[in-house]
Amino acid sequence: MYVAETIEEKALWNIGSYERALRDFRWEAAAKELGLGTGDPVNIGWHLSDRLCRLGLARKTALLWEGGDGRERTYTFDDLRVLSNTIASYFWRLGILPGERVCLFLDRVPELYIGFVGLLKLGAVVQPLFSAFGEESLEVRLRDAGTRALVTQRKHLPKVRRIRGKLPDLTRVVVVDAEGLALKEGETALDLDAEPRSAGFPDFPATAETPSVLHYTSGTTGQPKGALHVHGSLVAQYLTAKWVLDLKGDDVYWCNADPGWVTGTSYGIIGPWSNGVTQVVLDAGFSARLWYDFIERRRITVWYSAPTAIRLLMREGLPAARERDLSSLRHLASVGEPLNPEAVHWSREAFGLPFHDTYWQTETGCIVISNVPGMPVKPGSMGRPFPGITAAVLDPKSHEPLAERGRVGLIALRPGWPSMIRGYWKNPEGYAKKFDKGWYLTGDRATVDADGYFWFVGRDDDVINTGGHLVGPFEIESALLEHPAVAESAAVATPDPVNMEVVKAFVALKPGFAAGPDLELEIMNFVRKRLSPLAMPQAIAFVESLPRTRSGKIVRRVLRAQEFGEPVGDLSTLMED
Amino acid sequence: MDDLHKTILDYVRREYIEEGDDRPLDVTTPLITGGIVDSFSMVSLKRFLEKKFDMKIPDAEASPEAFNTVASIAKLVERFGAVKV
Repeated sequence: MYVAETIEEKALWNIGSYERALRDFRWEAAAKELGLGTGDPVNIGWHLSDRLCRLGLARKTALLWEGGDGRERTYTFDDLRVLSNTIASYFWRLGILPGERVCLFLDRVPELYIGFVGLLKLGAVVQPLFSAFGEESLEVRLRDAGTRALVTQRKHLPKVRRIRGKLPDLTRVVVVDAEGLALKEGETALDLDAEPRSAGFPDFPATAETPSVLHYTSGTTGQPKGALHVHGSLVAQYLTAKWVLDLKGDDVYWCNADPGWVTGTSYGIIGPWSNGVTQVVLDAGFSARLWYDFIERRRITVWYSAPTAIRLLMREGLPAARERDLSSLRHLASVGEPLNPEAVHWSREAFGLPFHDTYWQTETGCIVISNVPGMPVKPGSMGRPFPGITAAVLDPKSHEPLAERGRVGLIALRPGWPSMIRGYWKNPEGYAKKFDKGWYLTGDRATVDADGYFWFVGRDDDVINTGGHLVGPFEIESALLEHPAVAESAAVATPDPVNMEVVKAFVALKPGFAAGPDLELEIMNFVRKRLSPLAMPQAIAFVESLPRTRSGKIVRRVLRAQEFGEPVGDLSTLMED
Repeated sequence: MDDLHKTILDYVRREYIEEGDDRPLDVTTPLITGGIVDSFSMVSLKRFLEKKFDMKIPDAEASPEAFNTVASIAKLVERFGAVKV
């Protein structure tokens, strides 16, 4: 079923006609809008701040920030320019060199957003990490990246201190709220309000191929991989924010993703600011009352959210939305996991607008398939490929495009758009495995209908998509095995009405340990603290043994199929290595 | 502070606050909106309450609002459980 926009609405969308955009598309045209010609230097940090000031937006609000405790801060684009220069100067004085990795391990505080811009100006590779990560998740990612410096808050400092001795490359820890805190060797304070202002900073002369951001993403096997982005990604993030999110000069934009994940940087920093758009940030956990209040007070016009958040809002019911004046909203989009049709219909009831589903990955850097505004929305569909993106569904075995509509295959993309990652950090073999016959293999399965709309089916591997975040089973199983009671374990996805999937662990105990609710809770908290709340099993099944291949490899697929009520398939084949 | 509030507060402090984190925490401190407990961690907190107080909190009642402070959690426990600290 289509949910059509009116002709009047369609005429006002930035993209205009999707068909015309497809026909006439050239990435060079988007680069030209940013003042970039082929081979020109491009530094994202400069584009998000100094360039906008030169275009006359210096006094325009770039960031309206609210903390959960009621604190508020407002920054203009000129503030962003000066403060990002200040941060770049600060790290330059600390001896951070271009190309070195600097981790932002922060809640959604202003220093995260401004620091991101400043570090890019310096030429450092920004490594944002979700501040709820436990020490093991943090250590694995910092060690792999050889991270030189880390920026954090005092509340996260104990975690950092506990692992610091195991990270010889980490020479600097910067604390943004260190007042009154006794700092240890190698720790320094950064008080952005008190730091001497740097009106000018010589931006690192990056090119389109210069590394910019390192986001870690989970796979089925091994530890998370560092997805390395480049400054040239700006062109794709700018244009997709303009066309898919439809950002315009007078918008007030809210992306409620955390910049510890790629959505929070591509569309929580780069997309809106490269378009010169005011964005709002709420550094607080989920609360329907708080969120509606925020939209109402800040007169938010464009909102980029996630199905899990939408389903949590749905649980609160329509009256909670309808009793507020949310009439400022004009465009809604969603990312992270498939948006179920009920959520699209509910958003029409609640906000008078449908959520537009978008699909992309850490590796793609930008939205690659979406329901662009003006295009009829088919509730439950991911939409159609963004102009400039060639997408197909491939036969899972031959990796040839499926000619037959409606058959399930692998989503694949032709490489070549500006924001595709340039590799996995120190893992060229892992990167090479993502390609075959000229296609980038996403690891997701879908069908395509007769109108060219893509319909998400699921992952093609054992990675768990919980609340829009990918969690690798290997990491969870490794953490489980560190618990003294656990002999062997398997982590798989199990269905969840809010988060789509959550982690379920199958655990065989060592002799002498008894299964029971006390041990279950203890193991849950053990994993939560080591890895993250996302990775915590929300259910644990104590079993005698786990299904294994003939050579002893655990077959997660059998357990997952049982959880989803799907056929297990040919076990004799599954048991082969 | 009664035993119920103290039991919940002690558990939150032990399980959800980093050792060395000097933020003040009392029965009115926002846990969910304050970023101390997120929606995923809420599952283990709910599990603790159900086990400790031998009760079942209906999923529909386990909202972020109901879990936002130790005081509001204590009300949930009083509503659905036979309190035995």
